[in-house]
Amino acid sequence: MSSETIDKTEISRRSFLSLAALWSAVLPAIALLGGIFRMVKPDVHYEESIRFRIGTAENFPVGTMKKLDDKKVFIFSTDNGLHAISSICTHLGCIVNITEWGFQCPCHGSRYNQNGKVIAGPAPRSLSWHEISQDIDGSLVVDASREVPAGTVLKLKA
Amino acid sequence: MNGLKNSGIGRFTSNIIGLRDSFLKSFLREGKPTTDLSRTAVMANNFFLHVQGAKVHINTLRPGYTLGLGLISLYLLLITVVTGILLMIYYNPSIENAYNTVKDVNYVVFTGRLLRNMHKWGGEGMIISVILHMARVFYTNSYKKGREFNWIIGVALLILTFGINLSGYMLPWDQLSYWALVIVANIIQSPKEVTDVLGITKLFDIGTFSKELFLGGLNAGKEALTRVYLLHIMLLPLILFIFLGVHFWRIRKDGGLTKPEGFEIKDSDTRYISGQERKAEVFPANKTYGLMELVKAKTPAVNRDIENNVLSWPNLILAETAVFFFTLAVVMVYSFYINAPLRELANPLIPENPAKAPWYFLGLQELLSYSAFMGGVGLPGLALLGLALIPYLDREQQQIGVWFSGKRGKYIALESLVVGSVVLIGLLAIVIKYGWLRTWWPDIPQLFIILINPGNIWVGFMIIWSLFVIKRTDSTRMGAIALFTMFLLSYVILTYVGTELRGPNWAFYWSKSQWPLH
Repeated sequence: MSSETIDKTEISRRSFLSLAALWSAVLPAIALLGGIFRMVKPDVHYEESIRFRIGTAENFPVGTMKKLDDKKVFIFSTDNGLHAISSICTHLGCIVNITEWGFQCPCHGSRYNQNGKVIAGPAPRSLSWHEISQDIDGSLVVDASREVPAGTVLKLKA
Repeated sequence: MNGLKNSGIGRFTSNIIGLRDSFLKSFLREGKPTTDLSRTAVMANNFFLHVQGAKVHINTLRPGYTLGLGLISLYLLLITVVTGILLMIYYNPSIENAYNTVKDVNYVVFTGRLLRNMHKWGGEGMIISVILHMARVFYTNSYKKGREFNWIIGVALLILTFGINLSGYMLPWDQLSYWALVIVANIIQSPKEVTDVLGITKLFDIGTFSKELFLGGLNAGKEALTRVYLLHIMLLPLILFIFLGVHFWRIRKDGGLTKPEGFEIKDSDTRYISGQERKAEVFPANKTYGLMELVKAKTPAVNRDIENNVLSWPNLILAETAVFFFTLAVVMVYSFYINAPLRELANPLIPENPAKAPWYFLGLQELLSYSAFMGGVGLPGLALLGLALIPYLDREQQQIGVWFSGKRGKYIALESLVVGSVVLIGLLAIVIKYGWLRTWWPDIPQLFIILINPGNIWVGFMIIWSLFVIKRTDSTRMGAIALFTMFLLSYVILTYVGTELRGPNWAFYWSKSQWPLH
């Protein structure tokens, strides 16, 4: 390195102090804005729990389907066991209806087959399968925050 | 009796007698606007008028040039502000009361329904007038000569107009409001579609984060209504008024509206000259010289610009007042006969079928039905960016202030209209008749749907066509005309398709009468 390049990179005390003063004003301003944004993000959700009990297995005889409207979930009971499929369309959040081919979204025409897989329309993903588990007292618990791979069923203990 | 006249009581009496004149004098400062001097003073001294010049170019007064569209937008805004404040007297922004209070306004409150209709139609009318105003500014080539930045402010005002309308749509908390809110929240969340494809949603879920900021939770509920209400009555109007102030200020600083270089006056323009001077020629030859002619700076050319200016009072003010009463009359008559919709109370369990956004977003909803991310974020973002950049990509300084920049521009606009209609309608026909990629290959990855969908293809075509026009005509202005014409065209066609031709399950129907009963 020649001495010239060092001269160029050297910073005078005056400009160092100016820069330091400038950034000591800019950084708090950024932090302030960040704080305002963080304040907007809620820490309390006034919503129902997305993990909920749906009663015991007697409510779901084999070969039936129940639509739990307020929980936005379909509960299917088959020979293999129980599974829960979300009724929230993955496109824009409308509630899908059940049809002969599976599910149909009324908003933008997305279609899903009986396993919730997209077969037509704009939906980017298949309907999610929620985890079902059985509590120690025998009641069934659906956890809508936990997605399980399609085809996962809960085998009921006889 | 001299003593009485000079006494305190006497002076007090004469003050009362002279109250009218002394008050007027204090209000107007220079007296009644009866001379050119006082007419100038009235414009310069009045807080509300001084944003406009004391003189105005005759071209600005020609109704066929501005079509009054900017003014109409402003007046519609004023109408919605006044009616909006009145509606706030009864409206209560909580999910328990919102619907009932709107119902009260509609059915019980004195003149409530008329006010609500005026608020609704005034606001939606603004969308039309703002878009038409933008088209007027574009086609008269008025986004140049220092006006580039004001065009961007205008685009921001357009976005704010959409935002305020949409947030207002959600306040009645009926079925329309609720499902519009759900759909908008999910559009905000739609970047998740991209992060999912890239497999980084777990690390960086910007979509869900933005949705949570908007809704104040994960679902549309009372927190969301509070936030939307805040946006509608406070935050967005505040930003709108600040931008509006800048918009007007810059018009003044840019020397008023654009005018064609070869502007010629007509004989009938004598009507703009008031009082005694009317007897003389339109613009008397015995002109006086002011400081303007002595200073070495960019000044209006002698015998040209100055002479084609006339006093704003009364010429401009009369025209503006006329446009105001015209606007008010149209809104009132329309609102008297046509009611703003109000459906049943919001029900989170049963979506409307079809669940439609307000009409001004149905073009976007048609794009949304191809891909949520591209239709809701990608393409609108690209369109707005393209709009904002027009003045920077087309910098040709000829033919400013001339409709379509002359004959060739008219031809290009017409040509783009025809070509665009054919291509877009053809594309939509294919989509409606044969479906799209997923109909043909059900297992196609989402990435292909995001990248290759009818919306992208249309936007790609618009860009290529405009480049082709630039190459053919050797003029960026002509390319801009082609692009802008197609942009307007696609807004109209897509909105029509979304509004009239889409029925339950977003399926195609020629008319609403063919919708299946359910």
